[in-house]
Amino acid sequence: MAFAVEIEDLTVAYGDKPALWDVDLRVPQGVLMAIVGPNGAGKTTLLKATLGLIKPAAGSVRIYGQPYERQRRLVAYVPQRSSVDWDFPTTVLDVVMMGRYGQLGWLRRPGRAEREAALAALEQVQMADFAHRQIGQLSGGQQQRVFLARALAQNAEIYFMDEPFQGVDAVTERAIIHVLRKLRAAGKTVVVVHHDLQTVPEYFDQVALINVRRIAAGPVREVFTEANLRATYGGRVAILGANGSAGAVTTPTPAPGD
Amino acid sequence: MLTPQLEVQLIAVIIAAACTLPGVFLVLRRMAMLSDAISHTVLLGIVLAYLISNSLASPLLFVGAVAMGVITVWLVEVVSGSRLVREDAAIGLVFPALFSLAVLLISRYAGNIHLDTDSVLLGELAFAPFDRITLWGIDLPRALFFGSGALILNAILLALFYKELKLATFDPALAATLGFSPAIIHYGLMTSVSLTAVTAFDAVGSILVIALMVAPPATAYLLTDRLPRMIGLSVAIGVAAALSGYWVARWLDVSIAGAMATMAGIGFGAAWLFAPQRGIVAQALQHRNRRERFAVQMLTLHLLNHEGASDAVIECHPRHLIEELRWQPAFADAIVRRAEQNGFIRRQGEVLCLTEQGRALARDL
Repeated sequence: MAFAVEIEDLTVAYGDKPALWDVDLRVPQGVLMAIVGPNGAGKTTLLKATLGLIKPAAGSVRIYGQPYERQRRLVAYVPQRSSVDWDFPTTVLDVVMMGRYGQLGWLRRPGRAEREAALAALEQVQMADFAHRQIGQLSGGQQQRVFLARALAQNAEIYFMDEPFQGVDAVTERAIIHVLRKLRAAGKTVVVVHHDLQTVPEYFDQVALINVRRIAAGPVREVFTEANLRATYGGRVAILGANGSAGAVTTPTPAPGD
Repeated sequence: MLTPQLEVQLIAVIIAAACTLPGVFLVLRRMAMLSDAISHTVLLGIVLAYLISNSLASPLLFVGAVAMGVITVWLVEVVSGSRLVREDAAIGLVFPALFSLAVLLISRYAGNIHLDTDSVLLGELAFAPFDRITLWGIDLPRALFFGSGALILNAILLALFYKELKLATFDPALAATLGFSPAIIHYGLMTSVSLTAVTAFDAVGSILVIALMVAPPATAYLLTDRLPRMIGLSVAIGVAAALSGYWVARWLDVSIAGAMATMAGIGFGAAWLFAPQRGIVAQALQHRNRRERFAVQMLTLHLLNHEGASDAVIECHPRHLIEELRWQPAFADAIVRRAEQNGFIRRQGEVLCLTEQGRALARDL
């Protein structure tokens, strides 16, 4: 099996407090993978360390067998919506065009090709009508779709998304999941930090359970079990499905930003 | 040849434009206070370079000053990066320390030379035309030459790196993943801020440097929601503050730099109050409008609930609204009038009735 992402022995510490401890994770190509775990489990840290935004204390990350720095163009990143200032004076179209900047490189300016790519990406998330809006006028769900469009404009092979379903409306959630399935159908790999355990079996093929350490990772059918969930959440989950595979699960609503 | 008056105005306009260009990104990055720090600590760079070179004409003074500005930014990051204090406190710690060190060094080792702390703060624009240099056979005020250099450099940097600056300012994490190092862009911008501050403060003093870097972009931010327009407006506002400040200073016979900074402040105050969308007045009007529109909806809903009922004569009487909806009499009058004008209700004698349109509105709620 070809692995899109291979993470080995990844350890990240803030000061002397470990946020991730010796994590191994392999993401096969062409899957939708959820990363789940309680608040402060290091889910966002895992994403950021994978993308080189945080320097790990130890371990390595390979994207299609190469270090991230050599594979930037294969990777798109959708950060948490709250990570940017939505009062920034710019338009929806302009934000989506930023997804093309990596291919442009330093000094070259975006032109018609970038504009068209951005409009096509907005079309995919049903936001084309908003192209010329100021970004501050968008609802939370619309903001999330703009971020998704920006990642689509990158035309990458692997998509990393941090809590894309956090606080969005039902229309947006459906639009996002539709786009994710289209990406998978096109052979792309999608890794999503996710907090709603109930939707994991419906939305994803693979799941990684993280709580500072990797608890388990693999196909949802095999790994998303009551035992593993208890090991991850420390018994704070109430499991409603009785057959051992956790079909419907509730958990205390996690806040974003862990 | 230009008259000294025209030269002073030209210097002011060019320095204003040079300051506002990096200022736009300082304001958008919420780093406006760094301009305050940099425009003061460059003095330490000048003093140290003077003590090394023993000459006020040495180019080392310029290099030392620019470097000290960048060192200031770095020190602020080191102090706030320790997580023991926040960034605003870090600025408040680093900049007085470096500035007062410069003042101590001047008074101890350079007391007999012209490094005057008053002129550091306010500059003396009126004297700028007397400090002249000749280049390629053209006789120019030094401040005009260096100010133009800073303006041209800033304009070129902005044109070349507009895309990178915008990306790293809006979303540094995306910039980093795409391979545009936010640190390089940050320090590039800070070098440009430092260089501009060094060039400008010689002529106009550090207070005006801060005023020109912060006030015009902050004003423009209230007036537009497009970055290119914000940059253009910032330059225009900076230039307007410089020119109007000059004439106010002549009229009142006061410090030119002081008058320019004041005009920049007045310009911001005007935008803060009267900006079309974001101004205080516009927001108050929008708030009142929303409140009245909601009250009209409440009124139609209330009338719909009591329509055709036996108590309709009482419930739909305007006086009853005052009690039932707890409205002030004047507010109730205004809302009834507004609902009438919009065609949602009409009066039948003393009683209010819904029109077809009003009924539709109430049903949609």
